[in-house]
Amino acid sequence: MSNYLLSLLIWLPILGAIPVLAAGSGRPNAARWVALLVAIATFAASLLLLTHVDAGTAAKQLIEDHAWISAINVHYALGVDGISVALILLTTFVGILVIIGAWEVIQDRPHQYMAAMLVLEGLMIGVFCATDALLFYVFFEAMLIPMFILIGMWGGPRRVYATLKFFIYTFFGSIFMLVGLIYLYNKAGGSFDLATWATLPLSMKEQSWLFFAFLIAFAVKVPMVPVHTWLPDAHVEAPTGGSVVLAAVMLKIGGYGFLRFSLPIVPDASEHYAWLVIALSLVAVVYIGYIALVQEDMKKLVAYSSVAHMGFVTLGIFVAFLLVRGSNNADAGNLAMQGAMVQMISHGFVSGAMFSCIGVLYDRLHTRQIKDYGGVINVMPWFGFFYVLFAMANCGLPGTSGFVGEFFVIMASFSANPWIALFAAFTLIIGAAYTLWMVKRVLWGEITNPHVAEMKDINGRETFVLLAFAAAVVIMGVWPQPVIHLMDASVTHLVQQLGNHKV
Amino acid sequence: MNLPTINDILILLPEAYLTIAACLLLLIDAFLKPSQRGAMHWLSIAVLLVGIYLVIANQPAVNVTAFSGMFVLDRVSEILKVFALIATVLVFIYGRPYMVDRKLFVGEFYTLMIFAVIGIMLLVSAGSLVTVYLGLELLTLSSYALVALNRDSRLSSEAAIKYFVLGALASGMLLYGMSMVYGAAHTLDLAQLHRAAAHTDMHNLMLFGMMFMIVGIGFKLGAAPFHMWIPDVYEGSPTAVTIFIGSAPKLAAFGMAYRLLDSGLGELSHYWQPLLAVLAVLSLAIGNLVAIVQTNLKRVLAYSTISHMGYLLLGLVNAGPEGYASAMFYAISYTLMGTAAFGMILVLARAGFECENIDDLKGLNRRSPWLAFLMMLVMFSLAGVPPLFGFFAKLLVLQSAIHAGMLWLAIVGAVFAIIGLYYYLRVVKVMYFDQPVEGTEIKPQPDMPMRLVLSINALALLALGFSSGPLLAWCRSAFGV
Repeated sequence: MSNYLLSLLIWLPILGAIPVLAAGSGRPNAARWVALLVAIATFAASLLLLTHVDAGTAAKQLIEDHAWISAINVHYALGVDGISVALILLTTFVGILVIIGAWEVIQDRPHQYMAAMLVLEGLMIGVFCATDALLFYVFFEAMLIPMFILIGMWGGPRRVYATLKFFIYTFFGSIFMLVGLIYLYNKAGGSFDLATWATLPLSMKEQSWLFFAFLIAFAVKVPMVPVHTWLPDAHVEAPTGGSVVLAAVMLKIGGYGFLRFSLPIVPDASEHYAWLVIALSLVAVVYIGYIALVQEDMKKLVAYSSVAHMGFVTLGIFVAFLLVRGSNNADAGNLAMQGAMVQMISHGFVSGAMFSCIGVLYDRLHTRQIKDYGGVINVMPWFGFFYVLFAMANCGLPGTSGFVGEFFVIMASFSANPWIALFAAFTLIIGAAYTLWMVKRVLWGEITNPHVAEMKDINGRETFVLLAFAAAVVIMGVWPQPVIHLMDASVTHLVQQLGNHKV
Repeated sequence: MNLPTINDILILLPEAYLTIAACLLLLIDAFLKPSQRGAMHWLSIAVLLVGIYLVIANQPAVNVTAFSGMFVLDRVSEILKVFALIATVLVFIYGRPYMVDRKLFVGEFYTLMIFAVIGIMLLVSAGSLVTVYLGLELLTLSSYALVALNRDSRLSSEAAIKYFVLGALASGMLLYGMSMVYGAAHTLDLAQLHRAAAHTDMHNLMLFGMMFMIVGIGFKLGAAPFHMWIPDVYEGSPTAVTIFIGSAPKLAAFGMAYRLLDSGLGELSHYWQPLLAVLAVLSLAIGNLVAIVQTNLKRVLAYSTISHMGYLLLGLVNAGPEGYASAMFYAISYTLMGTAAFGMILVLARAGFECENIDDLKGLNRRSPWLAFLMMLVMFSLAGVPPLFGFFAKLLVLQSAIHAGMLWLAIVGAVFAIIGLYYYLRVVKVMYFDQPVEGTEIKPQPDMPMRLVLSINALALLALGFSSGPLLAWCRSAFGV
């Protein structure tokens, strides 16, 4: 069975959506339970990865390779390494929590909501497994369809605008990548195999064009400044579950794309333009941090904070270039890359948790404006506990997962250039400022809004979701070793690849 | 010139059979009471299904010609014929309830379409300029009459007149071009033309004739700037006729372009490639940009057709076997998508309600989730979003363009894919995100065969996305790739 484990992970949720839909609107509870069972089964199957994948090697494992469109040599080729496994686990973990989180919140056609979530989950897992560029692209794009439906059907008042913007923006990003992929396919003599492309000699001019084709696709997804503007809109209008998946997993696919495409295929162009990506990342960290500070809407605030935190991911990845190629410091390069990866996973938990918290508040008061709250801690002490915990993780407090990745990246950047580290470290101040100020205005103080006084503390279902996130955040904060170990060999291998000159 | 033998007739067996069958149907129809017209429907479908069988069974292992090279039977023609016949069967199934509701359920609907299909079959098998013209005229004359089928409707008559006038003009251009090419090459036979084209003394005359012929091809494809007739004809025709005009004839147009440009003028490809590139860019631009502001679904699909022909041209521009294979693959995918899209309009239309406006689809997901889901598949496929069929078709034509060294053209195609995405998404948005309008209860047609076949048609777009390999291999093998 382990031969088909990856296919199982991809297709179980996608095909599981069919019985969920079949359960129909007449029996919403049946649909919910089936969806939950499918999500749990997927998570359980993904845990098998831990025993079936050897983290000690960077080689792709659990390989499946079948001719798919043999006329143009496209393969249904899957394979995972430590990095993929970590991200798949994140996906399946979040997959359960969004189903539970939506349990009674989604009253309108819940079966369609659950089905869309499951399809989305399967497609995201597919992205992390694909080793054939076209297969990757198919998953990468197909993912937009369920997300489009999720935001558009269950979103807020401006959901149609937001979801159209989301879809067209991301499609815009990726279509140029498609042209790049076809170019590489022709160049490689008719192959979409990523491993082949990694060794394909390319001139600097070609690499530069391809680099920008990849950059635009993944920068939109991450999102990086200045193509981040779809994210606040999408987050604000999306239903809670949509926001959680978007922030926790979908943004990571952008970072993952850089690792799988930009680094190995166009290393020289990536080095040449590393300054650009680093500069944009620092702008995200500092400038977007300031923008987050002035937000009135909690979701928008967390959305901007996501952009800032994802800035650390791109910073870590491209600082590694400066370290490996500029100062030949592979250890620091490793640290930067490792930090970027840990930051991805950690941000998945923290942002997912933050959006879940906001969802809890929104379900009670149907507003996300910070000014409508105040003194929530008086009526919802348990909720307050979790909210403060996640806020601390969002500022990168030591002992929470948020600290580990940022610390690694800042430390590594210091070896590259102290100025980079200085700007990156700004996040410690700004991040604390916007997050804690929000906590202050929402949780502490007097109750000014009479509706707040009637709010009930979190129920068992909500407690479960927040508790699960909290456990992940704390465990990863105090004991990140297992996650780091899982990805270590793959990260080391990636950093070695950085050193391969193609020109 | 040899006299035709029995072998020549046998090679033409499917066409001959369909001609006789169509004549018989015409005769039978004269004796049917209006209440018995259902028999005509099933009989016509049976005739076409047998036709599909004959096309496949009659296909020789090697390419053969008949009537001194006037008629060519090769794998390309086989594939195009099979899909043209399939598309027409779909048109019959989807069109029936619509025609019944509007009291247009007449025998001519069937016989004219079968004659049009015979025209398509001749056209895609043409081995000589004369056969091209013969097939084309049979197809277009039948189409003019079909468009005018609803003769009491002002829109329908207007569309027919427009179609006729512009179509006649285009045919004239084509014929004029052919006469010049004949003057330069002294032959009507495409194979001989292929040899003569590059070595003629009258090179300029040849090129001039080629340009006129491209005008004719552009008109048949509906490529900008020869697209003017498309929106009006699509909108004005009864939808059951629009679905036909928007499907099988596109295969014919591809076949005609292939026969004339490759079989005939293949040696001049570096002259016509840039011309087709211009047509492609214009079609992509006009089709996608103008579609954005349309509110009528049939007009949206009309402009979408124009843009799709632009993509098809990206494949033709390659001027190599791989490019032709991708263009043919594209034509087939468009035919299946077009029939499904118009089929959705037909299934939602009923007496007194055309379901022509995008707003008519408001809240479809709440009324009929299954149909909304199918329509969503069709729209995403038209937009070229993976994993649907339309994506792979786009992928291949983009690949052909890049392979031909026209990276810029592929980028133009990619840019317009983004713009095109918007109006397809708008349809999905209306179905899924908007509330149904009170008082415009959408009642899908209860006709079971239609709903079943439509479901298969739309799901095929998903299935062919998952496994486009065999179809693609078939298309490529036809061109010897």
